[in-house]
Amino acid sequence: MVRNQRPKPQTAERQKIMKDSIRQTVSVTNPQGFHMRPMAAFVEAANRFPCAVTVTRLGMAPVNGKSILSLMGLVAIEGTELIVEVTGPRAAEAIQALVSVFQRNYDEEQ
Amino acid sequence: MRMSEFIVREAISANLAAGQEEAVIREMIENLRLAGYFKSIESDDVVRAILKRELLSSTGIGDGVAIPHAKHASVDRLVGAVAISPAGVPFDSVDNDPVHVLVMLISPQERPSEHLRALEGVSRCLKDKKFVQSLRQAANPQQIWDLICSHGA
Repeated sequence: MVRNQRPKPQTAERQKIMKDSIRQTVSVTNPQGFHMRPMAAFVEAANRFPCAVTVTRLGMAPVNGKSILSLMGLVAIEGTELIVEVTGPRAAEAIQALVSVFQRNYDEEQ
Repeated sequence: MRMSEFIVREAISANLAAGQEEAVIREMIENLRLAGYFKSIESDDVVRAILKRELLSSTGIGDGVAIPHAKHASVDRLVGAVAISPAGVPFDSVDNDPVHVLVMLISPQERPSEHLRALEGVSRCLKDKKFVQSLRQAANPQQIWDLICSHGA
């Protein structure tokens, strides 16, 4: 009986996390790709929120969205689809802020 | 892309003389010029391009690392330089800490994927704290080059 009860809090916790997790697919529209300036803006936005942030490129492991060095590993050229996933408090607010980074047009770097 | 594919061996500095952002960028470009990558007349223009990019937002990404970069017509392939400042350089970094490790990238005008692949190579090395520590402790450019060549090999 005890053994059956034990997993319950874990399951509840997992469900809560899943409930607080939001993912959205974005497409890189910048001709320069997802380069350092949008990455810096993304990391800056991600660090304003207490939730965990990951970015996944199809076929690759998720990377930490709060670390620019991790985002540099994505090599996301124009047209690449990325999945942004946020988990935890203020997830809805965070996903909006993060997705908007991809919607913003960055001036061409000279 | 591995760092050894684009870092110019002759443009590595283990001990930057300059202690201020613009002077550091000039020194690194001068190292690339001496290695035969720019003509004197182009150097100033490349420095200006990098400073202009820094004005948009600092490439000081924290933990003592900066990745100053620009596109410039004078190069026909992506080239890079590495420099270490043991004393540290104020760089308006995200964490406000001085920068000790600089990786500079100069890309041809229309080769965005090459630039992104180079960033991936830089990230693979610099995510390794031991590697960064070793770079900072390197006594000369040869040691830095050896570290770059042996990382992940």
